[in-house]
Amino acid sequence: MRVRARTRARRTLLTTVSAVGAAALLLAGCAQDPEEGTGKGAPAAGKSGGAAQTTLTVGVFGAFGLQEAGLYDEYMAQNPGIRIEQTSIERNENYYPQLLTHLGTGSGLADVQAVEVNNIAEITATQADKLVDLGKAPGVDKAAYLPWKWAQGTASAAKGGATVGLGTDIGPQGICYRKDLFEAAGLPSDRAAVGALWAGDWNKYLEAGRTYKAKAGDGKAFVDSASGVMAAVTGSSAQRFYDDQGKVVYKTNPAVRGAFDLAASFATDGLSAKLQQFTPAWDQGFSNGSFATVSCPAWMLGYIQDKAGPAGKDKWDVAQAPKPSNWGGSFLIVPKAGKKAQEAAKLAAWLTAPAQQAKLFEKRGSFPSASAAYKLPSVSGAQHAYFGGAPIGEIFSKAAQGVPVAAVGPKDLVIAQNLADIGMLQVDQKGRSPQEGWEAAVKAIDNALDQ
Amino acid sequence: MTDETAVLSPSTVGPERPAAEGGGRGRPGQVWRSRRYRWDLRFSPYAFVAPFFLFFAAFGLFPLLYTGWAALHQVELTDPDSMTWVGLRNFTRLWDDEFFWNALRNTVTIGLLSTVPQLAIALGLAHLLNYRLRGSAFFRVAVLTPYATSVAAATLVFVLLFGRDYGMVNWALSAVGFDAVDWQNGPFASQLAVSTIVIWRWTGYNALIYLAAMQAVPGELYESAALDGASRFQQFLHVTVPSLRPTIFFTCVVSTIGATQLFGEPLLFNGGAGATGGSDHQFQTLGLYLYEQGWVNLHLGRASAIAWAMFLILLLIAGAARLLRGRKDGSR
Repeated sequence: MRVRARTRARRTLLTTVSAVGAAALLLAGCAQDPEEGTGKGAPAAGKSGGAAQTTLTVGVFGAFGLQEAGLYDEYMAQNPGIRIEQTSIERNENYYPQLLTHLGTGSGLADVQAVEVNNIAEITATQADKLVDLGKAPGVDKAAYLPWKWAQGTASAAKGGATVGLGTDIGPQGICYRKDLFEAAGLPSDRAAVGALWAGDWNKYLEAGRTYKAKAGDGKAFVDSASGVMAAVTGSSAQRFYDDQGKVVYKTNPAVRGAFDLAASFATDGLSAKLQQFTPAWDQGFSNGSFATVSCPAWMLGYIQDKAGPAGKDKWDVAQAPKPSNWGGSFLIVPKAGKKAQEAAKLAAWLTAPAQQAKLFEKRGSFPSASAAYKLPSVSGAQHAYFGGAPIGEIFSKAAQGVPVAAVGPKDLVIAQNLADIGMLQVDQKGRSPQEGWEAAVKAIDNALDQ
Repeated sequence: MTDETAVLSPSTVGPERPAAEGGGRGRPGQVWRSRRYRWDLRFSPYAFVAPFFLFFAAFGLFPLLYTGWAALHQVELTDPDSMTWVGLRNFTRLWDDEFFWNALRNTVTIGLLSTVPQLAIALGLAHLLNYRLRGSAFFRVAVLTPYATSVAAATLVFVLLFGRDYGMVNWALSAVGFDAVDWQNGPFASQLAVSTIVIWRWTGYNALIYLAAMQAVPGELYESAALDGASRFQQFLHVTVPSLRPTIFFTCVVSTIGATQLFGEPLLFNGGAGATGGSDHQFQTLGLYLYEQGWVNLHLGRASAIAWAMFLILLLIAGAARLLRGRKDGSR
C-alpha cells in the first residue's frame, strides 16, 4: 500500500475548510442568546427624528403576535420619542428559565416580558417584589378584564397583592373538526348540529367518537391524541392541580383523575391517532388528515391553517366544545430592574388594552382576555374564512365567559406536562393501561416537585 | 528593591543590573525608568499569560467549584440567592433515584451503541481515504460535513426519517417486508435511533483524526510488510492498527466524554416535547435528566449534584482506562 503524499495546496484547502467549519460552529454557539440592549448601537438611526429617543425592549416567546399584528409600529407612530425592539425565544421552556435567571440577577431583562399562564402563579408567588404593580399603571382598568384572568396576574395579599401581570390573550376552546370525514362517517357536518352532538358533557364527545369509529375508514382516527382531550377536559374544571389554599391536590382531585380516565378511553377504544402534540408527526397528521377532531383553543386556529395548508381549506370547521374550557394564554410583566419601568408600564398597559387585544384577535386569532373587547364589532362579528366562515367571535366569547375561575399553582406546567407526556402518552402510544400510565405520571411528578 | 532582582536568573537580568544600580545613585527620573524596566521584565510575562488563566478561572474553575457548592444546598431557580444547606443529601438521594439510574443505564447503552460502531466505521473510512484516489480532498471534506452540521438541524431531519407513520426508514422497512417500528417508543429502537444521529455526526470527525495518524505511519513498514507477502487487510491489521494505538485511545477517551454528556440529540429527538426522553424516559440520558431537574423542575441543587456525579463517573472511567492501559503497557 502506498501512502499518499499530499500537496501543500490540498493541505491548505483542508485546513481552511476545517477552520471555516470551526468558526461557523463557534458563531453558532454564540448566536443562541439574543442580543441584549441592541438599542445601544441604534441611536444613530433614531436621531433623525430629532427628539430624544427612548428604546423599550419587549421579550417574548414563540410568535407572540404583538409585532406581527403591527402593534409596535402603531405605538411608535403615536409616541415619536419611543422605539420598540423585540427579542424572541422560540420555545417557552427555554424562555422561562432564562427569564427567572434574569429576574434573579436583575440584569439582562427586557423592559416588558411575556409570561405564559402555566408560569404566572410561580411568578406572582416568587417574583412579585421584583415587578411593577401594573394594576396602578395609567390607563389600566380592572373592569375591562375577565375577573379570573385579572386574579391570575395578581399576587396574593400575603405577597403584597400587586397585579404584576396584565393579561394578553386567553385560550377558550372549541372543537375543530373535519366536515368531510364527519360526512363520510354519517355524522352531521353543520357546526350547530355537531355542537349539539356533545353539548354539556365530555362523555358525549366520547360517544360521538365511538359512533364515528364504527363507520370511518382506517387511518382516520377521531382525535389527534388522548392528551389533547385531557387538556381540554381539565381546562373546564374550576379546581385542577392546586386547591384554594395552594396545596397540591391533583392526586386526589376527582376532576383531574376523571379527565385522565376519560381521555384514556379515547386511547383504549382506538379513537386516537396516537400522536404527540407539537411534534413534527402531529403537524404531518394535519396535512394528511389523519384525524377528524382536535380540541381547539382560539390560538390553535392559526396553527391548523398553517399545518393543514390550502388543501384543508373548507374541510375544517369549528364547533362549540362540550363545556366552556380554557387552554393557554399569556401575560405581560414589567421588571422593576429596568431603568425605563415607567415608560414600559405605559406600553404594557397600552398593548393589553381592549382595543389592542381586539386587533391582535383580528390579525392573529389570539382571543382577548379583556372582556370589554367582546363588544367591539371586530371581535363579536369575527368570522374565520379558512374554517368555512365560522363565527369564531361568537363561539369563543361564549366559551370565554363560561370558563370557571380556575385556581392556578406555581407548578401547573410541570404537573400538566408530566400527566400528558408521561402518563397519557404511555397509554396512547405504548398501550399501557390507564392505571399504569397514571402511576408513572404520579411518580414522575412526585420526583419533579421534590426540592 | 535590589534583593528582588537577585532572585531572577543573572542571564535575563544581568546586563541591566549596572544601569539600575548606577541610576539608584543618580537622577530620580532614571531610577524610575530603570525600575519600570525591571518590573516590565519581571511581570510582563505574567500579564501575557494572564488572559487565559483569568478566563479559565472565570468560566472553568469558578463554575465547577460553585456547582459543587450548590450541590450541597437546596436551591431553586426561582430564588437562586437563598440556599439552604442540606449536606450530601442531594448525592445520597441519587442512590434511590430510579430516574437517575435509568438515565445512567441509557447513557451507557447509547454510549456503547454509538461509540463502538462510530470508531469502527471511522477507522475503515480513514483506511479508504488513505488510498490514492481521485478527488481525495473532496471526500475528506465530505466526511467532515456532518460534523459541521448543527445538532438541531440534523436531529430534526432524523426525527422525520424515523417517524412512525410517515417516516422514510419505516417506509423502507415495509418495502422489504418488515413491520413498521415505533422509533420513539421502543426502548431499544429509540436508543438505536439516537445513536444513529450521533454516529452520523461524529464518524467523519474521527475518520479525519485517524487519517492524520495513518499518514504519519512510515511507508517502509508497509513496504516491508508487502515484501513479506502481507495482503492489504493483513497490513491494515498488523501495521496500521498497532501504529494507531495512541490515537485510538485518544478518540476513545474523547468519545466517552462526549457520550457521557450526550444531550442535544436525545432532547431534540423527543420532537420538542421537552426533556423527558420519551414517555417512559426510555432515551433520557444523564445530561437530559440534569437539564430536566435544573431547567424544567427548577431544582438547581439537585441538578448540580447530578452534574458532579457525571464528573465523578468520568473520573472513574478515566482512572479505570489508565489502570487498564498501564497494565497492558507493562506486560509488553
